[in-house]
Amino acid sequence: MPGDAIKDLAEFIHEKLEDVSLGFEFIKSELVIRIKPEGVRKALQFLRDNRECNCHVLIDICGVDYPDREKRFEVVYQLLSLHQNHRVRVKVAVAEGEMVPSAVEIFSAAGWFEREVWDMYGVLFEGNPDLRRILTDYGFEGHPQRKDFPLTGYVELRYDEELKRVVYEPVKLAQDFRSFDYLSPWEGMTDMQLPGDEKGVKPKHGWKSTKAG
Amino acid sequence: MSNAAENLDIGEETQIRPFTMNFGPQHPAAHGVLRLVLEMEGEIVERADPHIGLLHRGTEKLIEYKTYTQAVPYFDRLDYVAPMNQEHAFALATEKLLGITPPKRAQYIRVLFCEIGRVLNHILNITTFALDVGAITPALWGFEEREKGMEFYERVCGARLHANYFRPGGVALDMPVGLTDDILQWCADLPKFIDDLDNLLTGNRIFKQRTVDIGIATAEEAQDWGFTGPMLRGSGIAWDLRKAEPYEVYNEMDFDIPVGKTGDCYARYLVRMAEMRESIKIMQQCIKKMPSGPVKVDDYKVSPPPRAEMKSSMEALIHHFKLYTEGYHVPAGETYAAVEAPKGEFGVYLVSDGSNRPYRCRIRAPGFTHLQALDFLTRGHQLADAVSVIGSLDIVFGEIDR
Repeated sequence: MPGDAIKDLAEFIHEKLEDVSLGFEFIKSELVIRIKPEGVRKALQFLRDNRECNCHVLIDICGVDYPDREKRFEVVYQLLSLHQNHRVRVKVAVAEGEMVPSAVEIFSAAGWFEREVWDMYGVLFEGNPDLRRILTDYGFEGHPQRKDFPLTGYVELRYDEELKRVVYEPVKLAQDFRSFDYLSPWEGMTDMQLPGDEKGVKPKHGWKSTKAG
Repeated sequence: MSNAAENLDIGEETQIRPFTMNFGPQHPAAHGVLRLVLEMEGEIVERADPHIGLLHRGTEKLIEYKTYTQAVPYFDRLDYVAPMNQEHAFALATEKLLGITPPKRAQYIRVLFCEIGRVLNHILNITTFALDVGAITPALWGFEEREKGMEFYERVCGARLHANYFRPGGVALDMPVGLTDDILQWCADLPKFIDDLDNLLTGNRIFKQRTVDIGIATAEEAQDWGFTGPMLRGSGIAWDLRKAEPYEVYNEMDFDIPVGKTGDCYARYLVRMAEMRESIKIMQQCIKKMPSGPVKVDDYKVSPPPRAEMKSSMEALIHHFKLYTEGYHVPAGETYAAVEAPKGEFGVYLVSDGSNRPYRCRIRAPGFTHLQALDFLTRGHQLADAVSVIGSLDIVFGEIDR
């Protein structure tokens, strides 16, 4: 359960950032604040400089892809306050092609994180002075962590003995990529109700050893 | 002397033109596959542009296609110098989503092996750092001690590097009999080795000339660049997740957080040296306080039943089969779990959609932010100082490139 201090903080932040905040929630007792894309800079600046928030460390920026949503990508900022010992997660939903203001001017650490989100998801950060690809190869095409990018990729490379250099070729799989569907009528951790389930009673704390002791 | 200097026509000879230099990706002081493009003004670094990703294996993407159990070994391959510390973050995140707590004994074993991992990491970092600035002996001595620590890894899980030991719900199996005695013996011997290292390096004139006042980060700069771990503590901020957000049984341990004063390469070295001594204290307390009992949760939907039971119980057999094919389902939700890995804050941001595979598993590696600051730390320093700074950053490309 989230403590009173962090609950008060959530209310306080939401109030102060009323014009850019889309609301807050607690997921597993962790504070998550949703912000409009255009308000990223204002929100991060506030979270850093306000004495109550004091989040001076930007721990992480990452992207998440939800292809079914109208605004497909979510950019997630993890902030940490060393003085108050609390964490704040800021989430921004962006559609494909939409720009997010860069946080480099507020946190120097944001530079590479934004480069990585651009590289992996293709989210553009407006104002990042050095938005190159970071983890993928020079001249790579596509954004590999999007859900519609195949795990095996599109190109593979090898050293060509005749050309005396590395050449790129389309991926040839000796065996089709297999995705096993293990989801079966077995009462897993979720509350899936299947025909016949009502006959049995699910033990309260999962299944225990059948042996005595 | 003075005449000779006056007579020399040095006008044309000293004309320095800025040039770009390529450092790595195959360079012994690059600590892996770092390609560093340096813009030099003579011997002075004007701008450092690290090119990373040469070891990128798409770990985060691969994990999205694996069950939670299958995802654990990928964490060994991140920071391969201290593998179990990485698994720990993933185990904590998964447990948080599942809403389970591992038994006490498992928690003690985890803390014990995390501290062994910290010692392994710091030995490797300090000795290779010394190697970079010209001292070979520490590396030769250090690897012997490191090997002993790796043996404990091997005895507990069967592998020196790819442990796959911290599973969500506990640890894979209990420690073999007699292991704790040998670890205690190692703990008793280690201070002697650390003293030797101290004698070799701490007062060493060459080592100090290469590290003191090199790559200074003030407390504000360290926060701005997202430093964590010894990098942050070296700049004078007493911040350690083991104290600030005590996970597992760290709140029952009595240990101190060493903090540096100057924020230079030397301070970071001193912090790591002191941390090893604290780790020994934690390991000893862990073994002393360790209770007996189970090492994984007693829920066969998450952790497998004992092998013997599978021979006689149909239900146990089914549980085993389902766990190793389908795996367990994790309730939909998201969480961020972080541990104080030897290099800094290692975090896992896990998003679950209720299926048996993570929807998104973001790995927050400390080395990534530290390497990013290389440009700011080396600017205005000489080329040789860049090597010192890289050494003191404690970077391992397994975790940076992921």
